[in-house]
Amino acid sequence: MEELIRFKLNGKETAITIDPTLTLLWVLRDQLGLTGTKFGCGIGFCGACTIILDDEAVRSCMLPVSEVSGRKVMTIEGLAVNGNPHPIQKAFMEHDALQCGYCTPGMIMTAYSLLLKNPEPTRQEVIEGMEENLCRCGAHIRIIKAVQSAAREMKGGK
Amino acid sequence: MKKTGKQTDNTRQRNSINLKRRDFFKLLGGGIILYYSTWDPSELMALPLAQRREVPTDYNAFILIREDGTVNNYTGKIEMGQGVITSLAQQMADEMDVTYESINMIMGDTALCPWDAGTWGSLTTRQFSHYMRAAAAEARAVLLEMGSEYLELPVSDLEVKQGVIYAISNPKKQVSYGELARGKRLERYMDVKPDPKDYTEFHYVGQSMLRSDSLEKVIGKAKYTGDYRLPGMLYARILRPPSHGAKLVSVDYSEAEKMEGVRVVRDDDLVAVLHELPDMAAAALVKVRAEYTFDEKDVNHKTIFKYLLEAPSSSREVARSGDLAEGEQMADTVIESEFYDGYVAHAPIEPHTALAKVESDSVTVWASTQSPFGTQDTIAALLDLDLEQVRVIAPFVGGGFGGKAPHQQAVEAARISKIAGKPIMVVWTREEEFFYDTYRPAAVVQVRSGVTKSGKITMWDFKQYFAGNRGSDTIYAVPHNLTTGYSEKQGGPQVHPFATGAWRAPGNNTNTFARESQIDMMAVEAGTDPLQFRLDNLEDQQMIGVLKAVAEKFGYTPAAGPSGRGIGIACGIDAGTYVAHMARVKVNEETGEVQVIRVASAQDMGMCVNPQGTILQMEGCITMGLGYALSEDIEFDGGRIHTGNFDSYQIPLFSWVPEKIETVILDRQHMPPQGGGEPPIICMGGVIANAIFDATGARLYQMPMIPERVLEAIRKARA
Repeated sequence: MEELIRFKLNGKETAITIDPTLTLLWVLRDQLGLTGTKFGCGIGFCGACTIILDDEAVRSCMLPVSEVSGRKVMTIEGLAVNGNPHPIQKAFMEHDALQCGYCTPGMIMTAYSLLLKNPEPTRQEVIEGMEENLCRCGAHIRIIKAVQSAAREMKGGK
Repeated sequence: MKKTGKQTDNTRQRNSINLKRRDFFKLLGGGIILYYSTWDPSELMALPLAQRREVPTDYNAFILIREDGTVNNYTGKIEMGQGVITSLAQQMADEMDVTYESINMIMGDTALCPWDAGTWGSLTTRQFSHYMRAAAAEARAVLLEMGSEYLELPVSDLEVKQGVIYAISNPKKQVSYGELARGKRLERYMDVKPDPKDYTEFHYVGQSMLRSDSLEKVIGKAKYTGDYRLPGMLYARILRPPSHGAKLVSVDYSEAEKMEGVRVVRDDDLVAVLHELPDMAAAALVKVRAEYTFDEKDVNHKTIFKYLLEAPSSSREVARSGDLAEGEQMADTVIESEFYDGYVAHAPIEPHTALAKVESDSVTVWASTQSPFGTQDTIAALLDLDLEQVRVIAPFVGGGFGGKAPHQQAVEAARISKIAGKPIMVVWTREEEFFYDTYRPAAVVQVRSGVTKSGKITMWDFKQYFAGNRGSDTIYAVPHNLTTGYSEKQGGPQVHPFATGAWRAPGNNTNTFARESQIDMMAVEAGTDPLQFRLDNLEDQQMIGVLKAVAEKFGYTPAAGPSGRGIGIACGIDAGTYVAHMARVKVNEETGEVQVIRVASAQDMGMCVNPQGTILQMEGCITMGLGYALSEDIEFDGGRIHTGNFDSYQIPLFSWVPEKIETVILDRQHMPPQGGGEPPIICMGGVIANAIFDATGARLYQMPMIPERVLEAIRKARA
């Protein structure tokens, strides 16, 4: 049955009355109008649906919306700072670290969480941090560079 | 400066099916519309019959100049990551003498864009842009004439820079394209003779440009099909058979129908549950009970190769010269090999998606498709509508690789929308995506070749079974050679147990793997360095050119294989482009795991429009190619697909990517452009197989080169 779920979405208090078993991915996409988070595999394997839940990168296709109650959710739409692309987004643009762009929001959210935990990752640490996000176009080598260059850019706060 | 060939032939306009139905100004607002034709009638005749009938032979394409000075470029091509949204704009800007920023690209909308068979075959630059550039050059001439009238100066005194026409004698006298379009609703028809600019006059073409679509894509605003919403839209989940060849006997959806908000629709074998929430549609589908009869082929991913060799086929001679028996006599050694390649999935991260809105007399479909016009044809025929009543729009496509040429999901959405009377969204699950994918076909290649002690190839007999002929012809100068392709008999039974289709550089990945492996084996037999062996047996200067270029980039030093260094070489031709790769691998002889440490690639693609975009494609091909070479294989039994998601079908990961990917694009700006989206993927199987051999002395005959096959090959080599 429906429940009232309150949480912070991209910095804004959000309340929604909804079946708590629905997955966060589709609630974001259909009820909350945020289609930047993508469906890719439905089993948490590809990472296209990655969002940030209380600073952790989480697969939203596997997450019942009830789990976000009282917590902070950030999607790709919430990453820009005062309307300007975030340094990670800028780095992806400067490095052409995407082709079809479908995995890109998930890649960027994963990179965001990685850099929160490890602001100065080595190349190997970037690879390990991004490992479980899939890209079919083969932009990996540029994504690695983009994350490293965003890390440098973000040094000393974002 | 060229004299304008402008023409306003209204009889041709009246004859046009396309233009009659379109009131472009209503759709687009004011400006100057310059019509052109993207097809030469003689080329139309070369198309397959099914496509030929739909091709408009008149002015079906146009360029729109708006009063804000923007140049709107309409193309039936779609953007799926390959970057033509950027490279087509570069070419248009150069031919029209406007800034790159003033070009708007409108792509893949059947109501607005010129007919196009589909975005595949690396054809956008080498085929479509040929016409587009000619038309843009012509458009510039038409605008110059208009400028001449406006400024009351002869065309010979006018020049254009950044969309502004000015008098050479007095540059203060000027008028911009935008000013000419102000308040106008003007249509001009252009008979275009290909007279585009010489490469030396280009400003943007040949310059590296970053992707023009990246801002939308990094902020999550880029719209893919699944991101569209319509009032009243329902998600459909479709009942699927458990295997290919299964036939629905009975279905009971009474339990599903009891769920709140669920509707079930049925049209023959198509049974779909509808709900406004995708999760609820999925939950309802689970409650549908169905029975099937099974008629599956007795074959699996292990027995497929024997099965293919025994399957009925028709053969075609692809190339022949000399006499094989004579070539064999000249040889000191004859090597006979059989190579195997399994089924491979396209696996774009965006699954097939479509949103269809069927109304009483019109249909609008948004679809992730490489062929909006093909989708339009199919849906119009299926729903018994005229083409004009069906509008298909392909927004950004999240990867295609040939897998989105088929558009089953769009047909499903349209059929369901027609029954339901509501807009219908179909988003294939990953399992549906793997089940209905048109795989790269499993194939067998048999090669028999002869070589002399001094390293000359004397004989080459190449037979490919069900791979496809692309890339099967030998690229080497062999006096006695024969290439034969075996394929499904026309009108005969379907050989593969499920659908197969074009997969990035169709056929060529398998054929190049076989050819380049065999070449390496002969080099070893002759005791010659594998690069030198290739150069000694090539006459084609373009191939020699890319091999030398890649060797230089790699810093290659010659050594006969196996040198223990783990260096491989492979080369080939695809879509008119010459490619050569060198790679270095590390083989873990305990586990059989292969890590590709380094890849260098050189490419001769004729004129290169966007070097940056080309490098992206080269890197993408190299990275994607790691998958078919090392891990990707559809496992199946009869019609049942066991690799149904990314947990069982392994595509390349970050940790697989070589530390170094180096690319060289040969400077051939004076030559016509060739394909860029596919060629560099063809060498990945061969280059890795040859590098594994160089590291271990073990020869791999089957892709993917999974650890257990590598270990087995090492065992054999050491025995």
